Amino acid sequence: MPAIAYDGARFQFASDQSLLVSFGDKITRRAHQQVLKLLRLLESEPVAGVCNLHPAYCSVLVKFDPLRLQHEELQSTLQEYLRRLKNVTLPDPRLVEIPVCYGADYGPDLQDVCAMHKLTPEQAIELHSSTIYLVYFLGFVPGFAYLGDLPEALVTPRLPNPRRKVPVGSVAIAGNQTGVYPSATPGGWRLLGRTPIAMFRPDRKGLSLLAIGDHVRFAPISAEQFAALEQA
Amino acid sequence: MSSIHAQTPGLLTTVQDLGREGFGAMGVSPSGAADRVSLRIGNRLVGNDEGAPALEMTLLGGSFAFPQGAVFALTGSDFGATLNDAPLQLWTSYEARPGRVLRAGPTQSGARCYLCVHGGIHVEPFLGSASTHLLSGLGGHQGRALRKGDVLEIGPASEPFRKTSVSAEMLRHLLPRKILRVTPGPQQDWFSESAHRIFSSNSYRVAEESNRMGLRLEGQPIDGNSEGEMISEGVSLGAVQITAAGLPIILFVEQQTTGGYAKIANVISADFHSLGQLRPRDEIRFEPVDWESARSLLLEQEDLLACKDLFIRS
Repeated sequence: MPAIAYDGARFQFASDQSLLVSFGDKITRRAHQQVLKLLRLLESEPVAGVCNLHPAYCSVLVKFDPLRLQHEELQSTLQEYLRRLKNVTLPDPRLVEIPVCYGADYGPDLQDVCAMHKLTPEQAIELHSSTIYLVYFLGFVPGFAYLGDLPEALVTPRLPNPRRKVPVGSVAIAGNQTGVYPSATPGGWRLLGRTPIAMFRPDRKGLSLLAIGDHVRFAPISAEQFAALEQA
Repeated sequence: MSSIHAQTPGLLTTVQDLGREGFGAMGVSPSGAADRVSLRIGNRLVGNDEGAPALEMTLLGGSFAFPQGAVFALTGSDFGATLNDAPLQLWTSYEARPGRVLRAGPTQSGARCYLCVHGGIHVEPFLGSASTHLLSGLGGHQGRALRKGDVLEIGPASEPFRKTSVSAEMLRHLLPRKILRVTPGPQQDWFSESAHRIFSSNSYRVAEESNRMGLRLEGQPIDGNSEGEMISEGVSLGAVQITAAGLPIILFVEQQTTGGYAKIANVISADFHSLGQLRPRDEIRFEPVDWESARSLLLEQEDLLACKDLFIRS
């Protein structure tokens, strides 16, 4: 049974080796801040036996070693962490600019999205690239950042049939979210463009270009600039 | 340098260890052996730490040569393996003289067979683990399944060889199950009583599209949950998601780290290794258990694995 933890946060046993901490059931900036603060606190003061953290829009899944820890014990430790959240100060978010070549083969769904919203491609690109997005969390596959919120005029449902393989670097939208596919995976989001920048590189120190809490802006580039950056 | 040569790779053979925990916030799931119990036992048979990297073969094994010789063991499912045509037993260590070739064929039992070698398989670790994550092309040997002609470095067979096997009596209690025990999922309240009844009283068939990311099941659909779509949240290993079509998907070792489907249940940790041995078309059932049982079943399994009588040295 879910127990109210502190300040509206709830605990739920998700499995015999994980506990879900939720901050409400709405995607809000406040819930995001709570998620980020709990994550920072758990990273700076790790709990013995906790082995993984999966933050999302308004929750953190805490995975633990069931041979070392039990739900109840972890719950009472986390209660203390939750009480201290209000004292956690978050640094100013980084602003990361991601160059995007929109339309044509780079964004095969741009035309359809424009048709659905009665926009010209120029208007759609302007809308998508003039917004500063928040990285709510990373999930799905390594380096995939869930960015929001998309301008109302671009909010579009997922494709009815997902693609089997989305080209790496595709910049896509679904619902009120946008994101970049870090590797060639299946995907049901609508593709507006592509970036030549690697989102996840195992040989780089900061493996993932984006981290939870970052701010992101997309900068339109030409096909020539795309080719030049891809070479770099 | 000692090595192992993939003469034929088999259907899907990857380097796996116990996976990489701790990178969920970057969207990286642990990956690792699909049947951890078999990997752990196999490594101990050849004198390794139980988490050493080994080869995980899937449904159809390959042929592997040991040009400099090796101490090895096969665990998990029976792939009818031979060493230069002499039949090999599972759960037993062997010493291969230089130039010998191990040949594994199609499975005669479950989905996966592990080839553990003394010293382990040497690959460049990624985020502290040798495990291959196929979907993202990371870890293991070049982030992919083995191909014909791949050469992998292995540890030298230095210790004097002592043939070791596993107690058949104790192994019986560690073998994979077709009745998967589950605890309640975080959205269990979203499903009606009749949905829960359908879920726990019907058998489900493992679909062909199943892989290391997830096991898709076919069978009696489970009524849609009453609450509609949910906001994506972190998902645990073994989570049983119910899709819009009412069919269960069990998230597995290469799982996505977050997801938006409601979860009716979660397979218990003690049955994770059973998931790794399920083949397409296998029939399974779900058996709800309480949190206390889930815990004691895991402790029993760990006690068996820690028991000194598990291994028989000759």
